[in-house]
Amino acid sequence: MPSRDVAIVGFAQSASVRREASRNEVEMLMPILQEAKRQAGLRGRDIGVTVSGSCDYLAGQPFAFVSALDAVGAWPPIVESHVEMDGAWALYEAWVKLQTGEADSALVYAFGKSSMGDLPEVLTIQLDPYTTAPLWPDAVSLAALQARAYLEKTGTSERDLAEVAFRSRRAAAANPKAQVRTSADAETLLATPYLVSPLRAHDCPPISDGCAAIVLACGDAVKKSAMTPVWIRGIDHRIEAHALGVRDLTTSPSTKLAGEKAGVGKGRVDLAELHAPFTHQELILREALGLGAGVDVNPSGGALAANPMMVAGLVRIGEAAARLAGGAGKRAVAHATSGPCLQQNLVCVLERD
Amino acid sequence: MSEITNIVTPIRLDYTYTAGHATQRFLLGMAEGRILGQRCPECAKVYVPPRGACPKCGVPTTDEVEVTGKGTVTTFCIVRIPSDVLSVPPPFTCAHVLLDGADLPFFALIQECDFDAVRMGMRVEAVWAPKAELAATFESIRYFRPIDEPDAPYETYKEHL
Repeated sequence: MPSRDVAIVGFAQSASVRREASRNEVEMLMPILQEAKRQAGLRGRDIGVTVSGSCDYLAGQPFAFVSALDAVGAWPPIVESHVEMDGAWALYEAWVKLQTGEADSALVYAFGKSSMGDLPEVLTIQLDPYTTAPLWPDAVSLAALQARAYLEKTGTSERDLAEVAFRSRRAAAANPKAQVRTSADAETLLATPYLVSPLRAHDCPPISDGCAAIVLACGDAVKKSAMTPVWIRGIDHRIEAHALGVRDLTTSPSTKLAGEKAGVGKGRVDLAELHAPFTHQELILREALGLGAGVDVNPSGGALAANPMMVAGLVRIGEAAARLAGGAGKRAVAHATSGPCLQQNLVCVLERD
Repeated sequence: MSEITNIVTPIRLDYTYTAGHATQRFLLGMAEGRILGQRCPECAKVYVPPRGACPKCGVPTTDEVEVTGKGTVTTFCIVRIPSDVLSVPPPFTCAHVLLDGADLPFFALIQECDFDAVRMGMRVEAVWAPKAELAATFESIRYFRPIDEPDAPYETYKEHL
């Protein structure tokens, strides 16, 4: 278990929009990084380590993540690392670095502009390149395979899925950073046509451009924070097989295990931010994490209301922390996913003093 | 049975590039025959072309600065390897040109100059496309050519090598 207590002391995110047509990634990131550092009370030179998460396939440029460092200020040279994953995994790497004692503060950021390419096609090329990707199954179709298996096995109805969408979108009405902020009732949603059966448009996330940043701190660095510190009490991530055919898509054993290792069950959970881009995935994740009816799930609206790729997982951690800091509860669970059909999952337990 | 050593799985993805505010200003300047950069409010360095941020300080560069087409060769090479993607047949001279008033040299062609005459510190100027052909592209500057000025002292550009 961790030897150093690490706190989230700053969180900022851009509004999620369908198309950020005028600003490039650096221009999008700069105000977000400034705001997160302002909350943390840290200047650029004070930051011990910087870790980012993004995907060059979204930008269509090799080493796009290196260009993004212009937003950070990397001269004289800084300690920096990058993961070709959601920023939640960048946060994990930063947390490990803080555990080593080599740094007392970390800047974590993530960005994704899906609008520059065709997102469903871009996501296809994360699949096995020999037998799966050449068939071009898109992300929604793969999620639909999972949804069908889940509905048939559990008896969950399409109405239950519509209720998840309705609740998420209604919650997002209070979140100015969200993209889908209104919803018809479940009855009306159910009358809309299938996108890929059994999924309708409301079962799927919007395509979003956006970015976010979190500042972590240990020891004396926490005292400079303008934000109420929110402590990371446990964090763990687990991965399942790449080939979809060898997995039981109706459950999420990697989430379950990560949740156990992170200590989700050690106390009462007031709220949870789950990275569930598709409605049925929220139900799978609730079960894997053992979250009962008393837990406020996705008060931000979640990924069904705003889903910037490589960012939405980090935003779950930031949203959960910001809500605790704002007094919405004492203990929260944040979750991030990566890969098709919940292949890889990260769980983080947060507490406020 | 023969062994499979190779399969072909074609992948093509199309992207719409977002230049961003700063690069857009620069490219629109090109269409008018102007060279626009931006100055960092913290370290005062001037970036041409601008990217909207000072990579050193990590802050937005908001002040616009116009520079002339005159500058100094900070380093150069002579390309002799042919390639399908080159717009000029080799051999030709490529140089890093530091425009007067700017702090970021950029890659440019040097022409109207013998290969053995090009040197570090050589003073050059931009040769623009004819007015009717100016467009929002870096190619509005066709190339740089030497001007009749004494070489810039090494100290004036050593920071930018």
